[in-house]
Amino acid sequence: MKSNPTEADLPIAELRKASKHFGGVVAADDLDLTIRRGEFLSFLGPSGCGKTTALRMLAGFETPSHGDVLLDGKRVNDLPPHRRPVNMVFQHYALFPHLTVADNIAYGLRQLRPKLPAADIAKAVDHTLETVRLPGFGKRRIWEMSGGQQQRVALARAIINQPKLLLLDEPMAALDKKLRRDMQIELQSLQRSLGITFVLVTHDQEEALSMSDRICIMRSGRIVQVGSPRDLYDRPKNRYVADFVGKSNFFSGTVDSVSSTTCRISTATGQMFSGISTQSLTAGQAATASLRPEQISLTRQSGHGVKVRIVALIFLGEHTEYLVRHDTLGDFLVLVPRQSEASEGRFDLGADAYATWADGAALILADD
Amino acid sequence: MLVLPLIVVFVFSFGARGPAGGYAPGFSLENFMNLGARWAAFKNTMVLAPVGTLACAVIAYPLAYFLALRVSAKRRTLLLILVIVPFWTSILIRSYAWIFILGGKGIPALIAWMGFGSIQLINTPFAVLVGIVYGYLPLMVFPIYVSLEQLDKRLLEASADLGCPPGRTFLSVTLPLSMPGVATGSMLVFILLMGEFLIPAMLGGGKVFFVGNALVDLFLQSRNWAFGSAVAVALVLIMLVTVTAYMRATRRWAGGRADVSLM
Ligand SMILES: Nc1ncnc2c1ncn2[C@@H]1O[C@H](COP(=O)(O)OP(=O)(O)OP(=O)(O)O)[C@@H](O)[C@H]1O
Ligand SMILES: [Mg+2]
Repeated sequence: MKSNPTEADLPIAELRKASKHFGGVVAADDLDLTIRRGEFLSFLGPSGCGKTTALRMLAGFETPSHGDVLLDGKRVNDLPPHRRPVNMVFQHYALFPHLTVADNIAYGLRQLRPKLPAADIAKAVDHTLETVRLPGFGKRRIWEMSGGQQQRVALARAIINQPKLLLLDEPMAALDKKLRRDMQIELQSLQRSLGITFVLVTHDQEEALSMSDRICIMRSGRIVQVGSPRDLYDRPKNRYVADFVGKSNFFSGTVDSVSSTTCRISTATGQMFSGISTQSLTAGQAATASLRPEQISLTRQSGHGVKVRIVALIFLGEHTEYLVRHDTLGDFLVLVPRQSEASEGRFDLGADAYATWADGAALILADD
Repeated sequence: MLVLPLIVVFVFSFGARGPAGGYAPGFSLENFMNLGARWAAFKNTMVLAPVGTLACAVIAYPLAYFLALRVSAKRRTLLLILVIVPFWTSILIRSYAWIFILGGKGIPALIAWMGFGSIQLINTPFAVLVGIVYGYLPLMVFPIYVSLEQLDKRLLEASADLGCPPGRTFLSVTLPLSMPGVATGSMLVFILLMGEFLIPAMLGGGKVFFVGNALVDLFLQSRNWAFGSAVAVALVLIMLVTVTAYMRATRRWAGGRADVSLM
C-alpha cells in the first residue's frame, strides 16, 4: 500500500508553537500538535478555550500571529483557504441557501481547473449522497431539509473533495441526543472507510471519548494534554484533565511521602489516599487525590473504609450511581454494579453505609 | 381612501375638457386615441426610467459592497450618514447645483479650455440621467447595503474552503444572495422615476419631457383634466404591466425560495 513510505510516515498536519492573538485576547497560545495520517483527533475543552481558532488556523481562515502551520510537511501559513487540500464542516453547516442539495455538494468539484465533465460531477454527487445516506435528495432545496439531513449535506459537500484533512467544528451541536448518537457512529465508520484524517472540535466529552483515536484537551488557549481516550482517563496529567474526561471524585490534601511507585497524601482532617502520580511531586506540596466512582464500593459491614450516608441515587440499569456524604470528606459519587448489589442488597436513601477503595487505587494529581 | 383618487382619474379619462378648462362629463375614447400627441414624453420616460434604474444599480452596488463588507464598523456609520446627507437639502437646490456644473460655465467650459471642443451637456437626456442617478442613488444603496450586511459571512468562508477563489466567490455566492436587495432597490427607484418631473424639468430644460411633466402641463397649465387623466391612466397601466412582469421574473429567478422576499 505505502508507495512512498517517507510521505506516509510524515504527519499530515502540524502546529508548531502556533499562537493567535485578537487584539489583547490570546485565543491560541503556543500550540504544539502533530496530527497523524488517518487518525481521528478531537479538540476538547470548554467554551472559548480556542478550539475553533486552532481549527481555523489549519483551514487557513486565520494566520498564526506566531509559529507555523504545516500540511504534509510544508509550511502553509500564507496559503489561502481555497488553495489548501483541507475541508471544513461548519458549526451551523453554512450551506448555500440559493443552491440545491446537489449543487451544494458539487460546489467543490466545480472549482477544479481544468473543469470536470458535468457527467462525472453528477455521478460523484450521486455516489456521495448515497454515502451519507441521502439518495435521491439532490433536487431538494436546503430549507426543505431537516437539521440532521442538512448536517449530512454539509458532510457530503466536504468529503466529495477527498480532502487530506477534514475539519469538523461541533458538527453535531445542533442535533438532538438520539440523532447525535446515530451521527457519531456513522461519522466514525465513515472516517474508517474513507481513510481521511478527521479533526473534530467538541465540548462534549462523551463524544470525544467515544469517537476519537486521540484527544487534545485545551484550556484557555493552551493544550493541556494529548492522548488516547484511555490514556487521558487512566493517566490524566492534572486535575483539570481528570475532571474533563469522565467523572471523578477529588479530595485535596498535601503530599506526605513519595516513593518510586506510589505517592501518599493526607487531607486536612487526616484521611489518607495513595496511588501513582502522573507528575513528579514533592513532600509538603498541595495535591489532589482522584478516585473514579467505579473504584469505590459500598458495604454494610462496619470496620471497612469510611462511614457515609446515602444522599441521592440514580438507577442507571447496569449500575446504580450513589451520591454519598461523609462528615469531613464531603459528598462523592460511588458507582455500584448490578451484581454487587445482588450480594450487598440495595442501599436506600438516608441509609448508612461504608465506602471502601483499594489501597493505592487513587491517582495523585498536581493541581495544574 | 387609497383608490378613490384613482377612480376619479379613471372616470375623468373618458370625459372631455370643459369650456373654461377643467372637466366636463362625457364618455368617449377620444382622449386615449390622442395619447400619441404625448408620445415624446412616454418615450423619454420609458427609456430614461429603466436606464436610470440600471445606472443607479450599477453605481450603487460597489458603493454598498464597500460599505457593508470592506469598511470597519466604526467608519461605516459615518459613511452611511454621508450617503444620506444630500437628502437633507431639497432636490430643487441640488438640481440647481447640477445646472451649474453641467451648464455652460461648468464642465463644458473646462473641456473647451482643455481644447477638446465644445459639447452640450445641460438640457440633454444625459443631464437628466445624471440628475436621476444622483437623486436616487441613496434609495438604491440602502436595500443593497442591507442585503449584503445580512449576508452570512460564513458562506464566503465555506466557498473559499471548497476551493473557490475570492473573485469567483463574489459571482457565485455574494452576488446571487444580494440580488433581493438589488431587486427591491430597482423596483423602488423605477416606480418613483416613472412619476418623476422635477429633474427632467430642471436639467432637461423643456427638451427632455417625462410623462410627469406632461401631467403637470395638462393639469396645471392647459387645464385639460380629461386628457391629463387619460395620460395618467396610461402611465398607471404601463407601470402595472412592467412591475408585474418584473416581479414574475424575479420570483422565477429566485426559484420560489421561501426565505427571499422580493417585495
Ligand atoms: N475574530 C475574533 N476576534 C476577537 N476575538 C476572538 C475572535 N475569534 C475568537 N476570539 C476569542 O478567542 C477566544 C477563543 O475563541 P474560539 O472561538 O477559538 O473558542 P472555542 O473554543 O471554539 O469556543 P466555543 O466552544 O464556544 O466555540 C475567545 O475568547 C474568543 O472570544
Ligand atoms: Mg468554537
